[in-house]
Amino acid sequence: MSRAQALTPTGTILSYLILGGWAFIVLFPLFWILTTSFKLPVQVYDGPVYLPYVDFTPSLHAWRYIFVDLRGDTLRPLMNTVIVALSSSVLALALGTTAGYGLLRFRYAPRYGVIGLFLAAVLLAAVAVRLRVPWQIALASSLAVFFLARQTVGRRFRSSVGNDDISFWMISQRILPPVAVVIPIYVMFQRLGLLDTRLAVIITYTAVNLPIVVWLMRDYFRNISVELEESASIDGASPYRIFRSIILPLSTPGLAATFLLVLVFSWNEYLLALFLTSANAQTLPLLIAAQNATRGPQWWYMSVLILIMIAPVILMAIALERYIAKGLLVGALKG
Amino acid sequence: MLTDRKLRGTGSPNGPVPLSFLGQGLAAWVDRQARFLFLLPAVLLLILLSIFPLIFSVYLSLVRFQLVPGGFRFRFVGLANYRKLITGIEREHFLGLLASPAPLIWALAGVIAAVLLLFVIRGMVRGRSTLPAMAGRAVFALIAGTLVWLILRTLTSGGRPGSLVTTMVYVFIGITVQYWLGLTLAYLTSQHLPGRRFFRVVFLLPMMITPVGIAYMFRILANLGIGPFTPLWEALGLAEVSWASDPWGARIVVMIGDVWQWTPFMFVVLLAALESQPLELLEAAMVDGASRWQTFWRVTWPQILPVTSTLVLIRMIEGFKIIDLPNVLTNGGPGTATESLTLHAFIAWRTLDIGGSAAVAYALLFLVTFMALSYINLVHRRLAGAM
Repeated sequence: MSRAQALTPTGTILSYLILGGWAFIVLFPLFWILTTSFKLPVQVYDGPVYLPYVDFTPSLHAWRYIFVDLRGDTLRPLMNTVIVALSSSVLALALGTTAGYGLLRFRYAPRYGVIGLFLAAVLLAAVAVRLRVPWQIALASSLAVFFLARQTVGRRFRSSVGNDDISFWMISQRILPPVAVVIPIYVMFQRLGLLDTRLAVIITYTAVNLPIVVWLMRDYFRNISVELEESASIDGASPYRIFRSIILPLSTPGLAATFLLVLVFSWNEYLLALFLTSANAQTLPLLIAAQNATRGPQWWYMSVLILIMIAPVILMAIALERYIAKGLLVGALKG
Repeated sequence: MLTDRKLRGTGSPNGPVPLSFLGQGLAAWVDRQARFLFLLPAVLLLILLSIFPLIFSVYLSLVRFQLVPGGFRFRFVGLANYRKLITGIEREHFLGLLASPAPLIWALAGVIAAVLLLFVIRGMVRGRSTLPAMAGRAVFALIAGTLVWLILRTLTSGGRPGSLVTTMVYVFIGITVQYWLGLTLAYLTSQHLPGRRFFRVVFLLPMMITPVGIAYMFRILANLGIGPFTPLWEALGLAEVSWASDPWGARIVVMIGDVWQWTPFMFVVLLAALESQPLELLEAAMVDGASRWQTFWRVTWPQILPVTSTLVLIRMIEGFKIIDLPNVLTNGGPGTATESLTLHAFIAWRTLDIGGSAAVAYALLFLVTFMALSYINLVHRRLAGAM
């Protein structure tokens, strides 16, 4: 920006005042949480004290309570969150990267007839399962129906959807409020006996994050020159080989940035976990939210838990800022 | 799509020789299917976890959940769940309490109705409009008119907004404040002041923190007895005022939390947009003697309008999903004053009113889709140029 125009001294001071003011607004709540986690209950309830060692003597009681007395009850949600966030991000990255590459390099033209037929076949399977047909048989027979009918019915319809339609359909999943789909997902996992397991949460988060990964990686791949791939293809490399040995190594920064972004989303997710987990697979945001319900507002314990959640995220923010500064994620953030 | 034909896998003549003919056939087949194997897993997962649930939700919104001896069953009740929201016992919760309109409100509503009518008529007169386009305009005018009428009657004295209007208040006020704050901060940060990198990292932080944590943070901060601002409230004589029991006080605290969290998003993207704009125009403006203020409004701002438009669209879509903040910060209270639509649906689900929950969720889906489509067609297309 105004690299051309220098600021007047007054302008500089005013700018620093505003920037510093907002930095204070951002940092003060974090500071308050940090100090509260070292306060004794009496120090909290007797009205505010501000500076450790000046106003009050910090105590580790809350940290000891969370990590020693409650060890299992804290570490289990923490482990759940770590496992769920990492695996769902890896999965979303794997599925989304291949899909993004496919949407960029290949041409897809599934006909409306085939799509409709496929949906009908799956619905058929669902209805069959509902009518107490064993699910293996239902699945096999509906697949058979699909492949048989595809040859005849599916090809009658001329018009088809293109790559852009598929991409748009994927990104439009973001419009969908999660609450509109979570009850059926809950019922589905309940039927599969997967409710309150990490697997259920991992699968759901993967699906939620998939569109972002597809969108981001597709944009990223677009900037990789096609010539490399063409020469590899002439040399006889298979599409998988090209993808693994040329595309992926070239897009490490994009992959890293996307991974971090998706990791943060899964790390913080609340609503879906609220529906899908109770005790076993409980994640940290739920543990924090549950503090009030079970024991009344015990600010010191809450502060410790919030800090546990925030600490890794601050590191990720510093890493992500570097990618954003390089312009890697901005196209992405813009949608 | 340049390499499409080449990449579509014609086997691998120079690749490692497979052990058997069968293996070779299989490898060639797998290569030929590459383009489906790349895309299909993602598509199948999305169909499984969003299309079918969406269809199933329609069914759920038409049934009533009943506990019967030995389990539960769904009883088909038609549109009763929706009727309950609009005319039945959930009306105050969902739509709010409608005030009888004062003359001024009648006048305002009249003006808005006239504008909407003009919009429809202009669409017809302008020619070249097809039947679907005309129908679209009419439907837009009808829904927009209804929503405005609802907002006018619930937000005036004597009325009380329900979760529908509350959600819209969160979204619209939130986006407005976040955008202007984010723009100010981004503009100042783009001025090449020393210490920029520090501000950039710090300003990014709130966006990455879990909303549940933010909700508790603001509960502590806004606590009138133990919060850090207690001496300030006492000095101002406000210690007896409780925001938590005042509907607008509680809503404002929720919105402050939302602004704290999402201003960074606006900041990050706007900063990148500001830094990528060409310098020539700025220099030309400076040579012509334009002031900083004029340069910004005449040169810089028009250039970042497309980004602005996309940002507003994204935040609008995400903003309608708000639940964490009101749920933890105020539990939706006082009464149901701070409940968003998602929270409303969750509370209905928790009380086993599964049909009602699905109906609220569908109302939200309808609202978001309507807002997003109207915004894309009426604003975004114009500001962002070609889509």
